[in-house]
Amino acid sequence: MKFGILVNEGPYQHQASDSAYQFTKAALEKGHEIFRVFFYHDGVNNATCLGAPPQDDRNITDRWSKLAKEHNLDLVVCVAAALRRGILDANEAKRNGKDASNLADGFRISGLGQLIEAGIQADRTVVFGD
Amino acid sequence: MLLHTVNKSPFDRNSLDACLRMAKEGSSILLIEDGVYGAMKGTRAESMIKGASGKLKLYVLGPDLEARGMRKENVIDGIQVVDYGGFVDLTVEHQAVQAWL
Amino acid sequence: MAEEDMMDEEGGGVIKKFMYVNRKAPYGTVYALESLEVVLIGAAFDQDVSLAFIDDGVYQLAKGQETTRIGMKNFSPTYRALEMYDVEKLYVEQESLDARGLSADDLVVTVQVVSSAEMRELMDQQDVLLNF
Repeated sequence: MKFGILVNEGPYQHQASDSAYQFTKAALEKGHEIFRVFFYHDGVNNATCLGAPPQDDRNITDRWSKLAKEHNLDLVVCVAAALRRGILDANEAKRNGKDASNLADGFRISGLGQLIEAGIQADRTVVFGD
Repeated sequence: MLLHTVNKSPFDRNSLDACLRMAKEGSSILLIEDGVYGAMKGTRAESMIKGASGKLKLYVLGPDLEARGMRKENVIDGIQVVDYGGFVDLTVEHQAVQAWL
Repeated sequence: MAEEDMMDEEGGGVIKKFMYVNRKAPYGTVYALESLEVVLIGAAFDQDVSLAFIDDGVYQLAKGQETTRIGMKNFSPTYRALEMYDVEKLYVEQESLDARGLSADDLVVTVQVVSSAEMRELMDQQDVLLNF
């Protein structure tokens, strides 16, 4: 089956991102396909490249980046939610007159349409939130 | 039939309550994250869940139980413990997932 | 569900039943506002969309929201604009209204008030349920 995953919360604050990650990993291990992982609300904060969590704990952002690389996953961060919360790629930084960008590897910024498309194209849409 | 997930403790939010109100007979409920506390014997929420066990299929996520020091032996009878693989299988077996947050 | 049932008239794109489930009050958290933003963008995809308001979600539709003094944007008028986007199926759970001492007259837009049993059936028919 093809899965669409929606992550509504940021790293560490809630378990949502962890649960979504574990679910995604398990689905891949079972041979399923992940159509897209979409990050909304504070979920966009999973995509910051500036996180420096303690070494003895999981690095949530890096974990997503690695999984994306290994399995060619499409990790999409909602542009509206990202701009609100200060998650920017180079393009958005330029467009908004910011002197820095902070989007982590493996993530891309795009519109809410990508979430709807995932709902349409995937066989199952699973939501992780607070 | 839907798979319903509940991720909050029944003592924290009304999510489990709302879920039980809205879950159609024959559908499934999977307790995850803090929702796993709703699966434990001896709590004030026990009767709520036990009342549903005739009409609904009940599951609890093992890794979340273990994380919280909740022992499988203390899970209410009739609630099946599954792992993330089981969670995935449940989503495949149902037409859609409703996340009660 | 057979693929043919989900095809639109032109036989082109798939049409799925999308339900946006709203259970949280407005302003205390961002979910109500950002969920509405998904509905508006989603309207362009011509899916079979409905909105369900359950528990504190019914408060999103309360009349008379005046947000000046909390310094936030009042987005409740947007619910009235939904029909312009062909989003017309707004279902509110009777029990949630009753528990909060509200009636359909207290709401900013015309809705279909349904019983828990009816809401249960509606949810069970969905292909995609988005919760925020």
